[in-house]
Amino acid sequence: MHAHGRMLNAILIAAVVALAAFPLAGSTFYTQLITKIMIMAIFAMSLDLLVGYTGLVSFGHAAFFGLAGYALALMVPKYEAASLWWTLPAAMAACAAFALVTGALVLRTRGIFFIMVTLAFAQMLFFVFHDTKFGGGSDGIYIYNKPHLKLGETALLDLEKLDHFYYLVLVLLVAVYLVLRRILGSTFGHALVGIKVNEHRMRALGFPAFRYKLAAYVISGALAGMSGYLAAVQFGFVNPEIISWHQSGAVLMMVILGGMGTLYGPAIGAFAFVMMQELFSNQAWFGAYAKHWQLAMGVTIILVALYLPQGLSGLLQKFGRRKEAAEAEHD
Amino acid sequence: MTEAILSTVDLTRRFGGLVAVSKVSVDLRVGEVHAVIGPNGAGKTTLTNLLSGDLAPTSGEIRYAGADLAGLPSHRISRMGIGRSYQKTNIFLPFSVFENCRLAAQSRTPHAWRAFSRAPGFRDINRQAEAAMEAAGLARRRDRVAATLSHGEQRQLEIAMCLATSPRVLLLDEPLAGMGPHESQRMVELIKQLSEGHAIMLIEHDMDAVFAVAHRLTVMVNGEVIESGTPAEVRNSPAVQLAYLGGEDNLHG
Repeated sequence: MHAHGRMLNAILIAAVVALAAFPLAGSTFYTQLITKIMIMAIFAMSLDLLVGYTGLVSFGHAAFFGLAGYALALMVPKYEAASLWWTLPAAMAACAAFALVTGALVLRTRGIFFIMVTLAFAQMLFFVFHDTKFGGGSDGIYIYNKPHLKLGETALLDLEKLDHFYYLVLVLLVAVYLVLRRILGSTFGHALVGIKVNEHRMRALGFPAFRYKLAAYVISGALAGMSGYLAAVQFGFVNPEIISWHQSGAVLMMVILGGMGTLYGPAIGAFAFVMMQELFSNQAWFGAYAKHWQLAMGVTIILVALYLPQGLSGLLQKFGRRKEAAEAEHD
Repeated sequence: MTEAILSTVDLTRRFGGLVAVSKVSVDLRVGEVHAVIGPNGAGKTTLTNLLSGDLAPTSGEIRYAGADLAGLPSHRISRMGIGRSYQKTNIFLPFSVFENCRLAAQSRTPHAWRAFSRAPGFRDINRQAEAAMEAAGLARRRDRVAATLSHGEQRQLEIAMCLATSPRVLLLDEPLAGMGPHESQRMVELIKQLSEGHAIMLIEHDMDAVFAVAHRLTVMVNGEVIESGTPAEVRNSPAVQLAYLGGEDNLHG
């Protein structure tokens, strides 16, 4: 168990070092692609707190992702840049508030009903932005100026520069992973897993399960908001598509693909998902079939679900156990 | 006689037209095992569910430490010092025995401001969990995954988790269900020991066990109490013999 944990930490540190070195070698295209993947990894990890650790399968997580994007777009003055120092916390706070209000309602349902009600709230938000002028309707809003990050008068980072933005996202990805790991190792985190395994017994033991779930929902919503904010900064515009159920479905697939309840698994899932999207829609390789990339994607996800029920991170664990067994034999 | 710590007054629960528990009044006292017996469907488990907050009563009172518990949610009732075990084993199967008890103990200690400190670092919680495992005879099984325990050990774990919450009242719903004679004997000893510091309500079908540990007996049939008293009184009650035992002298075992 401990050997396994040490190996995992070693792999994760190696991955972060590789990510830190990547912009030195990678092209503009790939630096942007990896930035997008890291943003989606934050999104997927935030959902894993609900799906993998609390047993809440949310099918409306894009609501937070999109809300934060729109929050940024609406906060940025048209011809100047806004400060990241207050727009990022403000966007996350908006998501936390939305999670608190909707969570108080959706968490009264369970199972399939929870899935449907979370979807319903995301769809409501989708249509608020799609059908009103307030968020630019179906065209969305452009963000002409990326937020600035200044300390006093000196700019710490210039987010117009790809590598500066890349490192900001990498630092936030690592921070979110560490914060979630800390939360999950705490008494609060243990209680969440208890609720996932046996909520009835948790209540019988004296845990106010509803409050615990609501707290997890708010934390998860705020972190999903961070990823949505970063995505809006990267792409320079927001439109209702970022709240659509496709987006909620995609992040859920990343979590399942990577292996829920592991935190790093959904990050791997985000990587695999975006890479597959790129691969299967590559016309040079798949020609006319590239148009139907979703078909190939669907088949792959079915195969993973059938043969790797613990997702891609399950492979890692299997390998780890085999190595441990081999070492034990050696002793 | 010491004063009752928990007593129900005309407690009633209806499910549509069915009256599962009808005007039941029972008293629980610290140091006493109060056994509730009766045929299947008599309403014993429903009574337990009412006391633990798993179900809200239709009418009647549950008096405990100066308050009326009727209708409070189960987590509040649990925090007030009323623990229960379940007829159908209800534990955290994927967790170790220790983690099962540790979680139970954690529920007692309000560490809100330290909620994000690492869970295994709380010494008082760990000690409480260890003590509960010790008391329930599970110390040797500390690191076993609960799902891999024998049926009898899982029943012991039920009790250990209950104890880890430091309750004053224990509601034990058929703790001997499905146990072999040897395991049953151990459980009976455990209940005897626990009765010293706790008020215990015991629901049990095993009459040998009931008469070995109970200080008081309540007999329920079709949701109603038909007799309540000392084991000797109940044993000699014509009403019990007629309704529950079909006139046979089965209570002598």
